[in-house]
Amino acid sequence: MNLRPDPTFHASPKLAMQAPVENYAFTVMLSPDGAQSDGIAVVDVNPSSKTYGQIVHQVIVPNKGDEFHHFGWNACSSSLSPLTGHAFLERRYLIVPGIRSSRIYVIDVKEPLKAKIHKTIEPEELFAKTGYSRPHTIHCGPEGIYVSCLGGGGADGTDGPPGIFIMDCETFEIIGQYEMDRGKQDKHYDFWWNLPQDYMVSSEWGLPPQFENGVVAEDLLSNKYGHSIHFWDLRARKNIQTMDFGENYQMALEIRPAHDPTKSYGFCGVVVDTTNLQGAIFTWWRDDDGTWQSKKTITIDPRPEKPENLPPLLQGFEAVPPLVTDIDLSLDDKYLYVACWGLGEMHQYDVSDPMNPVLAGKVEVGGIARGADHPNGKPFAYGPQMVEVSRDGKRVYWTNSLYSTWDDQFYPDDEGGQMIMANNDENGFHLDKDFYIDFPKGYRSHQIRLEGGDCSTDSFCYPSV
Amino acid sequence: MAALWWAVILSGLYHGLNPGMGWPLAVSAALMEQKRSALPRALGLLALGHFLAMLAILLPFSMMLFLVAWEVQIRVAAGVLVIAMGVYLLINRRHPKALARVHPARLAFWSFLAANAHGAGLMLVPLFLGICAADADTGHQAAEALMRGNILTAFTVALAHTAAMTLAGGLIAVIIYLWLGLKFLSKTWFNLDLVWAVTLILVGAFGIWAAVNGH
Repeated sequence: MNLRPDPTFHASPKLAMQAPVENYAFTVMLSPDGAQSDGIAVVDVNPSSKTYGQIVHQVIVPNKGDEFHHFGWNACSSSLSPLTGHAFLERRYLIVPGIRSSRIYVIDVKEPLKAKIHKTIEPEELFAKTGYSRPHTIHCGPEGIYVSCLGGGGADGTDGPPGIFIMDCETFEIIGQYEMDRGKQDKHYDFWWNLPQDYMVSSEWGLPPQFENGVVAEDLLSNKYGHSIHFWDLRARKNIQTMDFGENYQMALEIRPAHDPTKSYGFCGVVVDTTNLQGAIFTWWRDDDGTWQSKKTITIDPRPEKPENLPPLLQGFEAVPPLVTDIDLSLDDKYLYVACWGLGEMHQYDVSDPMNPVLAGKVEVGGIARGADHPNGKPFAYGPQMVEVSRDGKRVYWTNSLYSTWDDQFYPDDEGGQMIMANNDENGFHLDKDFYIDFPKGYRSHQIRLEGGDCSTDSFCYPSV
Repeated sequence: MAALWWAVILSGLYHGLNPGMGWPLAVSAALMEQKRSALPRALGLLALGHFLAMLAILLPFSMMLFLVAWEVQIRVAAGVLVIAMGVYLLINRRHPKALARVHPARLAFWSFLAANAHGAGLMLVPLFLGICAADADTGHQAAEALMRGNILTAFTVALAHTAAMTLAGGLIAVIIYLWLGLKFLSKTWFNLDLVWAVTLILVGAFGIWAAVNGH
């Protein structure tokens, strides 16, 4: 507890953009075969530092096979909510779940170079207190830390629906299930909200048997992955509307609401449209009578390719699907970054008019049957995946792995973990030649978190004025 | 007597400055609705909730006080209760989670709950009882008249306190909203938890001292 609010808590997105820039990034180190323990890499991102662009510290956990994926902060700008009075928390701990083991680590990064494990929550405790498994997305919310889980109970996570549980933001004790009325929600992936407007939006990937051992082609072609998003009355914990994009829109993943809390719209990325292999972005919004609406506002076409250049999974299609696997919205709600993991492209859309996005920039690196090198001449395995935008919107970082077993299906010949960065400046959106991190042998990389918050962590309670 | 009334006003200013009593909500309401008029409206609703919370604590005590024979005991017990609340807040430094469940638009309800959760009403009890006792000393009155007088005093104390609170909180909210900007929202936010708990203990102790010494 501090006497003053943590200086990294900002009342509005605009204030967060003006705050001092990040010096460190925290990135998942993932051992795809469980041969080594997973960890969190502390990356120096201060250009004036001697160790700029290097991993300067690693927190390697004692267990193996956790499979780190997404993670988040114990506290963010939502602590300045006028309703909750948590303003004196510190942004100090990273909550890092193992998506395969269901174990959760709380890592103390107060001193980034001496980051260490603060607490471990064993899977049995999570199962007993929540009935959920495979914890995934972390957000700090009104009553504590919210964690979405991809699995329900039982060995394969299909005994009961998956959902969100709440954790105490000071003791990290698991409190219990969030939902009081989940309506039609029976799968889970991402979630985010607008705190003053009191709504939450959640999305769907698939149930654990549909992803743990790789993508199940039959399920995908018969449209059995998630294709709906759910709108919730956040504080009443009730699903108020389920919106089905259409069953061909397979895997509605990342939810990115506008950061400015006066706005009532956001975006959702769809991995693949099974009718034409396109990737898609939907804009969702609340209309005047309070009903949620959505419209497909971006489509990205597949690229034709000879079957012999494609992995077995794609040979029958003679095309590379874009595979929109992650999206991120800059804090000024102006640019939406769209990772096309299959194509090997990162797109930048101007979404100032959220109903009419315009492609503003694009970089190519990696990609199925293309494998474009980084501008420094070194290889980039797989394609652009987890993307994180700096608070000021000038630097866009990303890594390359999607999910251990899926990497191997879509890129059977690739291996390795890379983290790179693109600048967004007067020369447009372009890769930075000097920022390239090759992860230690045997490790892949996934989500990135930036010191002091980034564009997919903080929730703001006051508008930018 | 006048000192006690000043204490009621001062406690109001003190509560108003505490972000936990809601002034950031008034700023957020005006910004979210994008109109100035939302600010006084939010302050009014917060004041209503606070006023009701004060009454909810003070009225039961005003009813009890017609047991003139037990006046000292009642005042001592009230002092002990206030000290206990302070000690509780000192030991349990956690914030009440229930407040986070209130819908952001239900400002009066939130304010009522926030005031009670922090023992804001209790802080007034020793002052209020002191004023009632001073009133009773001025002449022998029938029990019924005494009670009526006490109820009137409860309303006056709650009103004066809430007015002072709204003035202080409203002033900060208006200054931040109109001139300083949101940056000062987090800058003016101090952790008053410890000070608040200690204040409760001091006020409770004062109440006991005043009762025993016949003030």
